[in-house]
Amino acid sequence: MKDRFNLYRFASPATFYPLAGKAIPWFVAAAVLFGLAGLYLGMLVAPTDFQQGEGYRIIFIHVPASWMSMFIYLVMAFWAAIGLAFNTRLSGMMAQALAPTGALMAFLSLWTGALWGKPMWGTWWVWDARLTSELILLFLYIGYMALTAAIDDPRRADKAGGLLLLVGVVNVPIIYFSVKWWNTLHQGSSVNLTKSSMVTTMLYGMLLMALCFWMYSIAVALMRARTIMLERERHTDWVKAELEGAGR
Amino acid sequence: MLKIILAVVGRDLKLAMRRQADIVSALFFFVIVVSLFPLGIGPEPDLLRKLAPGVLWVAALLATMLSLPRLFADDHRDGTLEQLALAPHPLGLVVTGKVIAHWLVSGLPLALIAPVLGIQFDLSTDALLVLTGAILLGTPALSGIGAIGAALTLGLRGGGVLLSLLVLPLYIPVLIFGAGAVDATVSGLGGEGHLSLLAAMTFASLGFAPWASAAALKIALE
Repeated sequence: MKDRFNLYRFASPATFYPLAGKAIPWFVAAAVLFGLAGLYLGMLVAPTDFQQGEGYRIIFIHVPASWMSMFIYLVMAFWAAIGLAFNTRLSGMMAQALAPTGALMAFLSLWTGALWGKPMWGTWWVWDARLTSELILLFLYIGYMALTAAIDDPRRADKAGGLLLLVGVVNVPIIYFSVKWWNTLHQGSSVNLTKSSMVTTMLYGMLLMALCFWMYSIAVALMRARTIMLERERHTDWVKAELEGAGR
Repeated sequence: MLKIILAVVGRDLKLAMRRQADIVSALFFFVIVVSLFPLGIGPEPDLLRKLAPGVLWVAALLATMLSLPRLFADDHRDGTLEQLALAPHPLGLVVTGKVIAHWLVSGLPLALIAPVLGIQFDLSTDALLVLTGAILLGTPALSGIGAIGAALTLGLRGGGVLLSLLVLPLYIPVLIFGAGAVDATVSGLGGEGHLSLLAAMTFASLGFAPWASAAALKIALE
């Protein structure tokens, strides 16, 4: 019984902290490798787009960032659900650790989208359904971070934030479709990305960059989670032992 | 079940009637915000007619939000909320009653005064009718969703600003379909589809939001 590998063992900060510490370098290395490979394919190998010229290459940052921003919100909602259902300490910390990265991704996606839109569509911003819902996603991230920052008691912050995440995740599809209908009702989509057929190198470049963003997000979230763990569990023995070991 | 809801509605209405100034000031906030737009934009009737649905709806969102922090705060301060949470009835029913009472004192007056403001924006009779109907149908959803935010920010410093940060993004669908209904009527497309969606959102939020707020209240009261 004692020797059996048990995943739930890592639900405790005391055991998860060293595990995360061991895992971070691997994720960082993977992020660097995937990033280098993806950038090489995207910037040097992939052919110039016959319509958009070289400017389209921002897609290798833009699309992975958009994917990550949406995916991280789902992961946070997943941790929130686990935290509320099983009353685990770690899940709230994970949700809080992921939030800034998710907000960063949403912001990056909007920023690169604006940079891309200026040469292609001739404008920094259009009230397109996707842009608008990405902006609202950024608002949701900011609301979550503001709420958890305003509550002093970390357990209450975790739970209240978790509830907000669950409410948000129910609302995200409603918001997305309402924005979509709003846009199509007002005007026909004046901007249409011609994504007829993507060259395979472009696709692989994008997938590699997406993997790079994944690894980066995991690494950064784990680092942040480790800091949160130390801060919250500073009165416990394992943190004292850990810090003494690090100081030696 | 109905008895509990009605009892809470009656109690909250009685409390609100003792403080009529609060209701009136939220209403005048709505009137003033709406009146500011023509001053800022200019008096051309064509332009105003086009802006009216959006302006009225945004002002309605802000006016409903103004009274949200007080939804639970007073009861929290004097301990009533804890007693209500300890009572054998489900807290969700109590919150449903409070949401209905909140709508009666904040949403309903807006719907009654909105047509008058719509006239200022040169809206046609049809559009005025749809505007009133849309505000009547949509504001209960605002009270419901707002209750979640009010419960989550209960007792926090800077609660009011935080509340708007949490709640306003969630209000967007109601804004889109509420203003869209009037827009569609003005442009001759007919706003029935929008109104149906608004009604759907209202029923969904009245069904789910009180339970989410009850969960949030329990977290806050822990």
